[in-house]
Amino acid sequence: MAAPASTQTVDLVARFPDSVSADARPGYTGFIVKKENLLEVATAIRDEFGYDLLTAVTGVDYIAENKMEVVYHAYKTTGGAGLTFKVQVDRVDPVEVPSVVGIWAGADFQEREAWDLLGIKFTGHPDLRRILMWEGYEGHPLRKDWKEPFFEEEAKPFKSRWPDGQHTFAENKNPFRDNLKFPEGFDPEAYQPENEDDLYASLERFRSKGENDRLKTDHIVVNMGPHHPSTHGVLRVAVTLDGETITGLKPVMGYLHRNHDKIGERNTYLQIIPYTDRLDYFNSMSNNFGYVTTIEKLMKIPVAERAEYIRVIMAELSRIQNHLIFIGMLMNDLGTMYTPSLYAFEERELVLDIFEAVSGARMMCNYFRFGGVVRDIPDFAMQKIKDLVFDRLPAKTDEMERFLNENEVLVARLKGIHVLNAEDAIKYSVTGPVLRAAGVPYDLRRAEPYSVYDRFDFDVAVRHNADMMDNYLIRFDEIRQSLRILEQAIKQIPEGPINSQKPAYQVRVPAGEAYGRIESPKGELGFYVVSNGKPNPYRYHVRPASFVNLQAVESMCIGAKIADFVALLAMFDIVMGELDR
Amino acid sequence: MYGKGILKGLSVTWKRFWDTYTEDISWMVRGKKRYNTQEGIAHRSSKDTKGIFTVQYPEEQLIQPEEFRYVPFLVYDEGEEGKKEIRCTSCGICAKVCPPQCIWIVRTNDPSTGRPVPVPTNFYIDMDICMNCGFCAEYCPFDAIKMDHDFDIASYERNVYNLEKLLKPASYYNSIRPENAAREDEARRAKEALKAAKAEAKPAAAA
Amino acid sequence: MENEKLSLPNYNIPEDLENVVAITTLDRLYNWGRRSSVWPLMFGLACCAIEMIAAQTARYDMARFGMEVMRPTPRQADMMLVSGTVTKKMLPAIIRLYNQMPEPKYVVAMGACASSGGPFKEGYNVVAGIDKFLPVDVYIPGCPPTPQALIAGMIKLQEKIDKQSIKKVRWYEKGKVDSNYVPMPVLGPDLIDVRRNAEIKQAASQKTTQESA
Ligand code: SF4
Ligand code: SF4
Ligand code: SF4
Repeated sequence: MAAPASTQTVDLVARFPDSVSADARPGYTGFIVKKENLLEVATAIRDEFGYDLLTAVTGVDYIAENKMEVVYHAYKTTGGAGLTFKVQVDRVDPVEVPSVVGIWAGADFQEREAWDLLGIKFTGHPDLRRILMWEGYEGHPLRKDWKEPFFEEEAKPFKSRWPDGQHTFAENKNPFRDNLKFPEGFDPEAYQPENEDDLYASLERFRSKGENDRLKTDHIVVNMGPHHPSTHGVLRVAVTLDGETITGLKPVMGYLHRNHDKIGERNTYLQIIPYTDRLDYFNSMSNNFGYVTTIEKLMKIPVAERAEYIRVIMAELSRIQNHLIFIGMLMNDLGTMYTPSLYAFEERELVLDIFEAVSGARMMCNYFRFGGVVRDIPDFAMQKIKDLVFDRLPAKTDEMERFLNENEVLVARLKGIHVLNAEDAIKYSVTGPVLRAAGVPYDLRRAEPYSVYDRFDFDVAVRHNADMMDNYLIRFDEIRQSLRILEQAIKQIPEGPINSQKPAYQVRVPAGEAYGRIESPKGELGFYVVSNGKPNPYRYHVRPASFVNLQAVESMCIGAKIADFVALLAMFDIVMGELDR
Repeated sequence: MYGKGILKGLSVTWKRFWDTYTEDISWMVRGKKRYNTQEGIAHRSSKDTKGIFTVQYPEEQLIQPEEFRYVPFLVYDEGEEGKKEIRCTSCGICAKVCPPQCIWIVRTNDPSTGRPVPVPTNFYIDMDICMNCGFCAEYCPFDAIKMDHDFDIASYERNVYNLEKLLKPASYYNSIRPENAAREDEARRAKEALKAAKAEAKPAAAA
Repeated sequence: MENEKLSLPNYNIPEDLENVVAITTLDRLYNWGRRSSVWPLMFGLACCAIEMIAAQTARYDMARFGMEVMRPTPRQADMMLVSGTVTKKMLPAIIRLYNQMPEPKYVVAMGACASSGGPFKEGYNVVAGIDKFLPVDVYIPGCPPTPQALIAGMIKLQEKIDKQSIKKVRWYEKGKVDSNYVPMPVLGPDLIDVRRNAEIKQAASQKTTQESA
């Protein structure tokens, strides 16, 4: 865990006495860098100190201090604690911070997000457009003085619900009788919608120059999605094609932007847990895990021993189920419409039966609580887990591999098609199986063990060819490793209480900040939470794996064939609930 | 041989087809019913399931574990002459803890004194907002609101449930969650006994 | 469900002819045909879509209801299963899909989000229910509705189809040719429902006067 003591081992202040100071606010860690020197310091952090993986970039609006802050979390791919550094600027428009895209290309989307939602302008960013909302949208929603159309109160619980809670539709309170908000004197008839010239202009960036001069060919722009059966949800991708070759590509997202951060900042700490279920909706257990770990770090409370094991069991079952579905869905994208995924879904159903028995719901488990879990695993469910882990899942994984790996179509479509090499993957902050398939054994369960993962004997799955075949095979490796962890966890699980805290519907979280991260099946899932001691978080930010991983898709697909694009996209195992939040 | 891999893949489907019928026959030989029985459904949801995996809703239904939750309902105890003794005291905790804030409670005030009475005048849950999280049931101190097992509630209209629609008898609750209900009843009885003991001890101490 | 059979219940058909002859009405034939082959649009929005896929898989098998043919193109679909959160950014695409579907067409709001915005209702980018734009036939509460609940909802839809009469369904009504066309909303400073332009303009100007007063 990024304990404050270990961050201090890097003495940034000694290296840059003039431009860096330690963050001395109580509960905060890391360094504050002067805006003018940011690029210089950041380069040193990457090159001299070796923090090559910039995982999270986010902004915080400290409206009371009239400051905007940008927070960076950098890590080493060799493992160990991270480095947090921040830039503070005055909250006067335009709020400008130099962009670090030139140093870590992986800051791209996250800076665009900070611009979209917080209105922080990153100077020098090559393509600073809105990312989740559309161009022309009014305001920057995550600013503390921005209120949504259905605004009721600053924080939940809302006073109108009790004791005099006559049911009203939120629509009736809004002047436009809907979830709408328009600037004063707005005239819809006179309005000219902004077009997407910016998007198409940005596509030009990668257009090959001069190569095709011999034959005059036209490039065509194809928009895939947001309604497309193989973009795994409502993702839209704008592609320029030269014949069948991709010459430019831009993902367009936000079609499932459900304002997770804004709603989270109105919620109490407890109320956020069920919302995190809906991030990566295949793995609600992992999402819960990441969130409660972060808050436990802030609250500095221990976790009940038995609960730690239960958490690990649930998270690993979730990973297995996720990877099986990944394989099934990949086959769908390759054209074996539905058959393998039907078999994958069968195993998933059996895993979901377990989730349902312990938590009550198949998908949206809402099972973790601060300090433990909500209830113990009932005996029959434990038996089911054992049946699956020791008996059925290993056999079924082998069977799947036996039947699929030699399939000629699969081999022809996957083998030798390059995905991402290690260097690029790190550059674009890609984490998870894609990074490991490129030969970087970076798995948070080992690199920075959380929960009780340090007690288990398992290998970090890694493969070296970085082609699609490896990306596909590594999922099987990971399933096997998860099964290994599960076997040990089931054998070692101690008896005892399942929560170290008394059940309480309001928790006290001391002021401060925390960045917690776990290895979700898709990569690093991080939560950045700032508390000011109130029952609601001051800033709540999710660093989703899918979103950050998707940055690499652009450079990775240039030069590939359009037919391979769908499969290449599938490699990231994106899930829109997490991508758009 | 080219195409071997594909044939191998197709054999999975064939095996499934074959398994379905061998399994049927083996059940028949053992004189058991594979379909429309609890045993058959349980077997089809276990690790040994082979062949057909379908549970043919609505004729058959998956076995719901006790913790299964769908939407919340309010529990009332059946008093004498069918009087509904609502357990809810309108304390408001569920409304406070509800993440999407979809519970609206009208507290009753005694008309003569103006003081609150521990029973809700009305209780609304907007089922089209409820995220089935189960927090209300988890944190209600009076075991008054519980999560239902009944999921067949699709309708042609928006679903805003009021008190009347939310109420279900305690016997129903006991039938869907026997273990939980037994545990809670036990705890409640223990608490009441403790209270009674205290009440007895108090005058004794005062005297 | 007595309506499941094609024959009218009040006619006695000899047993040996039961599978050969049916006495029925045109309405009944029409409804029977439609209710047994409702093809959904292959269209997932959010978490609920995963349960929709699960309902198509082996364990729940919607094929038993003639609903297994998921059509990726709206031109061949009969039913739009709005499975998930409808965001403002996505709405124009959904409306376009709906307008492209041939009649008869049905809309099922699956899950809390599609019915009213659900847990994300208060969000600034969320449409508070698809029924603001499309005529919804069945609302399925739940977050997400389990596959069985979804099938239960589908059965409700079939019941609704059974009650319809060819003379009275909205797509064959005379004089209302475009009754099913929904104008495309526009993405402006916020979502603009062009049917409500005048109202929005008025409300926007009123707010100014209110605040200046
Ligand atoms: S249901 Fe329970 S928590 Fe809610 S008001 Fe009634 S007694 Fe209180
Ligand atoms: S289940 Fe959750 S969302 Fe639904 S009423 Fe209860 S607390 Fe609210
Ligand atoms: S109703 Fe619930 S499960 Fe369905 S899309 Fe909305 S949040 Fe997701």
